[in-house]
Amino acid sequence: MDYFFQIFTLAVIYAIPTIGLNLIMGRTKMLSLAQTSFLGVGAYAVAIFSGHFHINFFIAALLGIALSAVISFFLGIILSKLSEDYYFLGTLGFVMIFYNIVRNWDSFTGGAYGIAGIPRPEIFGFYINTVFFYFIFSLIVCGLVYWIALFLEKSSFGRVLNAIRDDEEALKIFGYKTHHYKLIVFVIGSSMASIAGSLFAGYITYIDPGPLFVSVLFWAMIIIGGLGSLRGAVLGAIIVTLLPEIFRFIGFPAAIAGDMRGLLYGLAIVLLMLVRPKGILGNYKV
Amino acid sequence: MNILETKKLEKDYGGVRAVHNLSIEIPEGRITGLIGPNGSGKTTLINLLSGFSSPTHGTVTISGSERKTILPWENPIYGLTRTFQQIRLFEQMSVLDNLLVTLTERSPFASIFERHGKLHLIRAGEILKKVGLEEKKNIFAENLSYGQRKLLEIARIMAMNASIILLDEPFAGLFPEMVNQIAALIKEMRREGKTIVLVEHNMAIIRELCDHLVVMDAGELLAEGKPEEILSRPEVLEAYLGE
Repeated sequence: MDYFFQIFTLAVIYAIPTIGLNLIMGRTKMLSLAQTSFLGVGAYAVAIFSGHFHINFFIAALLGIALSAVISFFLGIILSKLSEDYYFLGTLGFVMIFYNIVRNWDSFTGGAYGIAGIPRPEIFGFYINTVFFYFIFSLIVCGLVYWIALFLEKSSFGRVLNAIRDDEEALKIFGYKTHHYKLIVFVIGSSMASIAGSLFAGYITYIDPGPLFVSVLFWAMIIIGGLGSLRGAVLGAIIVTLLPEIFRFIGFPAAIAGDMRGLLYGLAIVLLMLVRPKGILGNYKV
Repeated sequence: MNILETKKLEKDYGGVRAVHNLSIEIPEGRITGLIGPNGSGKTTLINLLSGFSSPTHGTVTISGSERKTILPWENPIYGLTRTFQQIRLFEQMSVLDNLLVTLTERSPFASIFERHGKLHLIRAGEILKKVGLEEKKNIFAENLSYGQRKLLEIARIMAMNASIILLDEPFAGLFPEMVNQIAALIKEMRREGKTIVLVEHNMAIIRELCDHLVVMDAGELLAEGKPEEILSRPEVLEAYLGE
């Protein structure tokens, strides 16, 4: 049973940055690769503040969110000068800078070796250290993030994001400073990734720079689930997390199962683009 | 009284002069026709007036406020709005949402906590009824017919309740019944005291609707005045009508 909870805990944690990316990319067409970097900010915030300085997990996670919000705010201002393809390249540049800082700042981040022994979250003396309780804990946090995204989606703010997706230039004539909306949604979406990073670090209890380059994973999740769909983002996260587990059941050699994972994601996306380009639950063409 | 003026307005695109030394006056509460052959700078002028393009030189004066540059989102502050030559709707949003965007909160932080209310729906309903799109309110804009798309564009303009309206070829490609419907809506806007700048090639519509005419040729002002007088001038006929 623990195996299923382990897999679903990861799926629930991955759903959080995917919900954030869905707001950024699915709603406003900003092609951001930076989700993994902000996931890294949250993970390293917990690893450093909680692991090194013994600050409570939740305070460390909040510091991670605040740090992500500040970084994404300034990054968003810089990126607001860029459009579409260049925006994408700008976020790629940020991912590379962040990766290299984490990878080479040995004294602070542990460099390539990372940071081990990250403590599990503690609430009033109770450590969330069983797989089942961590699953429930992650589910609650994911539910809260989902609710925030839903709240935004149902508001006038959400309608404006949809209009930005459809025609940003035409929207300006109605008095909307669209760059402000894009900046706010980028900060919110990036902060969501930070929350997932903190959960991830607390769950695995170890973090290294390796996962900071796999932004394409979250892209696969929202493309498969359906761009612009909140439920699609969650479904995409579950499918992409569970998909490689198929190899475990069909007895694939472990040595090549990892490489086959990327192949499977690619195949799933290509097939989906042919059959249903909007993604499984998507309503919009992006 | 003139509500909109340009003074020595210039716009160069890498050496190509799209608008040159253009000084025009648009009277308040009237329909001003903006005509000229293709490439004469009409749409460039509309873009300059609405901040979608910045002038190389010159100024635009809106309601007495002289500006070198206008930013697109500042248009409602000056009571100005526009349509585009190519229809630009929010295609993957419902007809109702296309209207609600023009009626709801502009501040991003306030808009997070705003849900559209009964008043928004009543106002949107009134406008949709006026343009005849009430039955279509829940379908995506991309699924409307060409004429209905034009009507939705006009509906959004009406929802903005702007005092200056720039219409870039609103009759292009429409069948006669739809032309009459949109012409009636434009006349109604004039009755409400709106100032309308109408870019149009159809001379019958220009004669029917316009109180004032501005003729452009090669980015310059060729003539300005009452339609019946302007349309009888030989230089206008030669430049525009090829007669």
